[in-house]
Amino acid sequence: MLYKETGQYKSTYKSDHAIFPLIQDKIAFSTLMFIAFLIIPFVINSYWEKAILVPFLIFSLAAIGLNILTGYCGQVSLGTGGFMAVGAFSTYKIMTYFPDLNIMIIILISGLITAAVGILFGLPSLRIKGFYLAVATLASQFFLVWLFNKVPWFYNYSDTGQITVSERLMFGVPVTGATAPPYATYLFCLILVVLLGFAAKNLIRSKMGRSWMAIRDMDIAAEIIGVPPLKTKLSAFAISSFYIGVAGALYFAVFLGAIEVTESFDIMTISFPVLFMIIIGGLGSMLGSFLGAAFIVTLPIGLKFIMVDLVGLSAVTAKHFEITIWGLLMIIFLIVEPHGLARLWSIAKEKLRRWPFPY
Amino acid sequence: MSLKDLKDIPYGKTAIELKNIFLAFGGVKALTDVSFDVKKGEVFAIIGPNGAGKSSMLNVINGFYKPTSGTINFAGTDRGEMEPEFAAKSGIARTFQNIALFKGMSTLDNLMTGRLLKQKQNFLMQALYFGPAEKEEEEHREKVERVIDFLDLQSIRRTPVGSLPYGLQKRVELGRALAMEPEILLLDEPMAGMNVEEKQDMSRFVLTVNNELKTTIVLIEHDMGVVMDISDRIVVLDYGKKIGSGLPNEIRSNKAVIDAYLGVAEDE
Repeated sequence: MLYKETGQYKSTYKSDHAIFPLIQDKIAFSTLMFIAFLIIPFVINSYWEKAILVPFLIFSLAAIGLNILTGYCGQVSLGTGGFMAVGAFSTYKIMTYFPDLNIMIIILISGLITAAVGILFGLPSLRIKGFYLAVATLASQFFLVWLFNKVPWFYNYSDTGQITVSERLMFGVPVTGATAPPYATYLFCLILVVLLGFAAKNLIRSKMGRSWMAIRDMDIAAEIIGVPPLKTKLSAFAISSFYIGVAGALYFAVFLGAIEVTESFDIMTISFPVLFMIIIGGLGSMLGSFLGAAFIVTLPIGLKFIMVDLVGLSAVTAKHFEITIWGLLMIIFLIVEPHGLARLWSIAKEKLRRWPFPY
Repeated sequence: MSLKDLKDIPYGKTAIELKNIFLAFGGVKALTDVSFDVKKGEVFAIIGPNGAGKSSMLNVINGFYKPTSGTINFAGTDRGEMEPEFAAKSGIARTFQNIALFKGMSTLDNLMTGRLLKQKQNFLMQALYFGPAEKEEEEHREKVERVIDFLDLQSIRRTPVGSLPYGLQKRVELGRALAMEPEILLLDEPMAGMNVEEKQDMSRFVLTVNNELKTTIVLIEHDMGVVMDISDRIVVLDYGKKIGSGLPNEIRSNKAVIDAYLGVAEDE
């Protein structure tokens, strides 16, 4: 009853192909956008910005990227951290060489550079599958981080090996650097996430997305239908890396401001968490990318609140417990709901359709 | 060489001609000196005992296996090596013996994949999903809906095919091949594991496709009743060799074929 589909007839293919075909979803999404664009910017403070909202948006983008590659095209990748580093260092180098270029353009170009690197590391995917491909992408993770660490040109020969962002304006308001106000960084990320999110959804529901899923589900049949395997896999690598590269650029320029590559783009801080996001959120689901990112970003905050503020453990002990609980949750999730939060939501929707008269 | 060429051939003339096809995997000889031709617009059956090389033959026709030697002539042009993608482009679609559907996708999406080669919009237009890209999606959806109507798949349009029963999966797979609007349809045991009613349904679909759309059909099937009823011409393979070919009646009385199926009495 709450989620009533009855009576919502579609008389055109256009309305049947809509991203949100149901009126309830349309209302929910519009409300969410209204809150995100017109309420949050006025009430946001620096804690919400730095601890929750901006990292959530950035990791959503990275999760969408990895979900395109792993969830939709079926190519397992552990190289997310490396590709995010490519995005970050591209942004840094472009900023140095073209100080007057608009930050939005810089970030999108960084995404394109990452896409090119992604294609390069996607080449082995024609020959190897599954675990073996995962190991090959793992090599890209270590190689890229090593490269950015060892070649001083990438960090402009600074003594510390750190790269630091300088202030850039968007419509006269700084969106990067220390003086950027919380609402500006938040809105900057939000706009990119909404635009790129829609673009990803559109790709998935048209020809390209169907080619990816065909390769994922049965590559031999896909080939016989006329899906070129190499081109399709490489397109997934390119577009996935574009998203991950943009996420990396935002992570460096907007979120952290200053990074040291081995620390910030380590496999344990980026690659695995993003993989967990799409597994917990739901492989092959746009909604899952967002739910997974929200879950992984807010989990440590929630655990810290419970353990330190409510129970009264010391911060160090709480940190140790946090890692343990994290691992435990991961195992529970994989056993109880391997299809992730997105599946839980669709089950809930099914229940809501019949509530309060289940049969 | 393209789809158009296969289209241009008049009905009743040779569409595919296979000349002296040999196919070996290391020491295993899957096909030895097999030659036959398929005429446009006919229902052509390939039969033979298990392991006779029937599926290998289909794989050769649509480019999945490269013959060790021999030539394949499509619409008057010789073709030795080719990629499956090329066969798909020239108008050949097929189904598989062990269903090869995209299990995570819905029936509708599975059928839409059959339209992939005909969709021309580039990925930027797809990402924007605007104007021509959206129109293209709707056009192809309409074509797919016709296949859905024809095969009675309306009720399972949104169901992931992995959860469908076997008979329906076979039907969806036929639908995916039909969505390609092929000139030649290769069916690898379309009725395996079906009960009598399902076999009747499937035969009806195959014959309707052949009659209404004038699609040439190359079929592998073990049910002799079905094969004798629906096919125009038959070729029989045994141990990778052609042992007979001709009209159903001729095959029925062919000594070599009967021996291959029933076994030969040892000479005294």
